[in-house]
Amino acid sequence: MSTAFADVTASDSTLRRFLHGLPGVDAVGLEARAASLGTRSIKTTAKAYAIDLAISMIDLTTLEGADTPGKVRALGAKAVNPDPTDRETPRTAAVCVYPDMVATAKEAVAGSGVKVASVATAFPAGRAAIEVKLGDVREAVAAGADEIDMVIDRGAFLSGDYMTVYEQIRAVKEACGTARLKVIFETGELSTYDNIKRASWIGMIAGADFIKTSTGKVGVNATPPNTLLMLEAVRDFRAQTGVQIGVKPAGGIRSTKDAVKFLVLVNETAGPDWLDNHWFRFGASSLLNDLLMQRQKLATGRYSGPDYVTVD
Amino acid sequence: MTSPFEYAPAPESRSVVDIAPSYGLFIDGEFTEAADGKVFKTVSPSTEEVLSEVAQASSEDVDRAVKAARRAFEKWSALPGAERAKYLFRIARIIQERSRELAVLETLDNGKPIKETRDADLPLVAAHFFYYAGWADKLDHAGYGPNPAPLGVAGQVIPWNFPLLMLAWKIAPALATGNTVVLKPAETTPLSALFFADICRQAGLPKGVVNILPGYGDAGAALTAHPDVNKVAFTGSTAVGKAIARQVAGTDKKVTLELGGKGANIVFDDAPIDQAVEGIVTGIFFNQGQVCCAGSRLLVQESIQDELLDSLKRRLSTLRLGDPLDKNTDIGAINSAEQLARITALAETGEAEGAERWSPACELPTSGYWFAPTLFTNVTQAHTIARDEIFGPVLSVLSFRTPDEAVAKANNTQYGLSAGIWTEKGSRILAVANKLRAGVVWANTFNKFDPTSPFGGYKESGFGREGGRHGLEAYLDV
Repeated sequence: MSTAFADVTASDSTLRRFLHGLPGVDAVGLEARAASLGTRSIKTTAKAYAIDLAISMIDLTTLEGADTPGKVRALGAKAVNPDPTDRETPRTAAVCVYPDMVATAKEAVAGSGVKVASVATAFPAGRAAIEVKLGDVREAVAAGADEIDMVIDRGAFLSGDYMTVYEQIRAVKEACGTARLKVIFETGELSTYDNIKRASWIGMIAGADFIKTSTGKVGVNATPPNTLLMLEAVRDFRAQTGVQIGVKPAGGIRSTKDAVKFLVLVNETAGPDWLDNHWFRFGASSLLNDLLMQRQKLATGRYSGPDYVTVD
Repeated sequence: MTSPFEYAPAPESRSVVDIAPSYGLFIDGEFTEAADGKVFKTVSPSTEEVLSEVAQASSEDVDRAVKAARRAFEKWSALPGAERAKYLFRIARIIQERSRELAVLETLDNGKPIKETRDADLPLVAAHFFYYAGWADKLDHAGYGPNPAPLGVAGQVIPWNFPLLMLAWKIAPALATGNTVVLKPAETTPLSALFFADICRQAGLPKGVVNILPGYGDAGAALTAHPDVNKVAFTGSTAVGKAIARQVAGTDKKVTLELGGKGANIVFDDAPIDQAVEGIVTGIFFNQGQVCCAGSRLLVQESIQDELLDSLKRRLSTLRLGDPLDKNTDIGAINSAEQLARITALAETGEAEGAERWSPACELPTSGYWFAPTLFTNVTQAHTIARDEIFGPVLSVLSFRTPDEAVAKANNTQYGLSAGIWTEKGSRILAVANKLRAGVVWANTFNKFDPTSPFGGYKESGFGREGGRHGLEAYLDV
C-alpha cells in the first residue's frame, strides 16, 4: 500500500492535496440514497439469511469501566453459544473488550473460532502520547488479541494535520503484527461527510484492515449514510488497488430491522464480496438478542420474548 | 454478480384495492354509460391482464359533461374561497387515507413500481390538493389584483405516465380558483381518475364540478374543441400539443400546454460522483424514463467520462426489474405495447446511427411490456437519440469540455423543460442555471417535485406554468 500511494504520502501538502481532491459528497443525495435502500423489504428466506449473517458479523462488545472477568466470561459464552435453545445458531464474529480483559476473553472463547478484538490507543478519546497508545496495542496483542480497534487522533484530523493521523495508523499497524487492525474515525466528531470520506482514505492508505465508524461513546454513532459512504470508499479502493478492506459500523444498531438495512447497504454498494464477517462487522451488544428473538420467531412462527434469550 | 443475499418476493397485497369489472363515465356526479354504449379494456402492462372494461366517451358525452360543468360553475364559483377550500382539504385527506389502495391501483394500471406510487406519486397528489386548498381563500393576495375571477369550464387532457398526479396538477388549481372541470384521462390508464371520481362523491363535492371522461384522442379533441370550454390544459406529446394550439387559435380559450422534453443532466468534473450517479439513475430510470422532464441526455465533462460511466454501469447492474407490485422493484413495465414499440424503434435507430448500446444483464418477464435500462455512448448532437424524446429508459451520453460548451449543447434542442447541474461549486451552479433555457433546473439532484414550485417549459416543451402561485394564473381571468 505504502508504495502505491508513496507520492500521496510524501509530504503534508501532497496528502492534503490528495484528500481534498477526492470527489465531494453531497449530503442530501447521500442521505436520500441510504434512505431509499432502507425501504427494501426483506422477507422470509432473505430475512433468515440476513439474520444468521448479521449474528455471524457481530463483534459482541463490552466496554465499560465496570467490566469484570465475570462479565467478560459471560460475554464470551454468549458469543460462542448465542442461543442455548438452538445450537445451529451461528457464533458471533468476535468479542470486543478493553486490553486488560483480552486474556480473560481469550480463555472464554478458546477453541470456538470466535475472535477476540480489543480496543486500544487510549480508547475512546485517543488523547494520549503515541508511545502510550502503542503500549496499549502491544499489551493487547501480547495478551492474544486477534484484532485491534484503534481510534484516530481526531484533534489532529480536525486541525488539518492529516499526516499525524496517517503516521499513527501506520505505527499502530506495525505494532499489531498479525492482528487485524480496525481504524475508528469517530464519525460523529468528524461531523461532515467530506471529512468521513477523507478519513476513510487516510485509513485505507495507511493499511487499515477495517474502517470503523464509531466508538459508541459519542452522540452520533453508526448511521446508514455514514456507513454507505465508507462502503463506497472500500469499493473504490479495491477497484483502484485490488486490496479489499472491511467496514464496521458500531454503536446505535440495536434492532434486526436496522441490521438488515445495513446488510442491504453492503449488498448493493460494496457488493456480495463483503457479505462475510471477514469483511463486515457490527459493533454491538444489545443487537444480538433482538436478532435471536427474530430468529426464533422465524423458526416457530411466534414471538417469544426477552425471557427466552439470555441476558449476559 | 449473483449475491447469496437474494431478496425473497415482497409483493404488496392486491386485496387492498377492489377493481370493478366495469366503469362508466363520471358526468354530473353520476357514473353513466357512453351515449353510443362503447367500452374499452384497460390492461395491466406488466402482465397484459385485463383489469376492467371502461366506458369510452364520444363527442356526445363530451357535450353532456361540458353542459354539466357549465351548470355547476355558477354556484361553485360563487362559493367563498374558504368553502371551496374545505372540499379540497377533504379530498386531500381522503387521498391520504386511501393512498395504499390508490398506489396499488396505479401500479396495476400503469406498470410503475409500487415503491414509486407509494413514495412519490401518492404523497405528491395529496400535497398538491393541500397546497391549492390553501390558496382558495387567499386569491386576493396571489398578485392578480382583488377578487380575481375564474375562467369557467376547464377542459383537461392528461397523460398516462403519472395518471393521478397529473389529474391533481390539473384539478386542484382549477377548483381552488372556482372553475369546474371536464377531465379526460389517457386511454391506457383510466382507473385512478375513476377512483378519484368516487373520492369526489365521498367528499360531497357538488355535482358537475368534476366530470371524468375516459376515452381516446377523439374525445380529447372534442373536449378541447368544445365551444363552451373556456380553458384548455393539456399534458402530453408535443405533436398533440401543436394540434391543440392550432385548434384553439383564434378562440378566446386560455391554454396551457406541458409537452415533451429532452432534459440535459450536466455533470462537471468536480461533481459529487456517487450522488451524481444516483441522480442520473433517478433522472432517466424513474418511472421507466416515461417522464417529460427526464434527464434523457447525460452531458458529462470529458475528463471524468470513463470514471463516471464505469460507476454508472456498475450501478445499473444493481437495478431490480420485475413485478411492479414487489416492494423491491426499481424498474417496472412500459405502459403500453405502443410505447414499447416506439422506444424499441428509437433505440434501434440509435444503433443504426452508430451509437454504442449497453444494458446490464437483465432478464425480462415473458408477458407484459418490458424494456431493459439502456444507455448509449458515442452519441453526438447529430444523433436522433440525442434530439428526439424517447420517453423510455434510454439514456444518451454526450461529453463536453467547458462550461460554455455544456450550456450550448444543453440548450441545443427543440425542447426546454428540465435540466440538471452537478458540481460542488456553488457559483458554477448559479452561472450555468441562468444560461439554461429550461423550465426547471435542478442542482445536485433530479426529478424532485413540490407543489409550491412552478413547472413548465420553454420552446416546444410548452407554455404556461403549473404548480405554485404561478399555477393559479392559468385558471384565472387575468
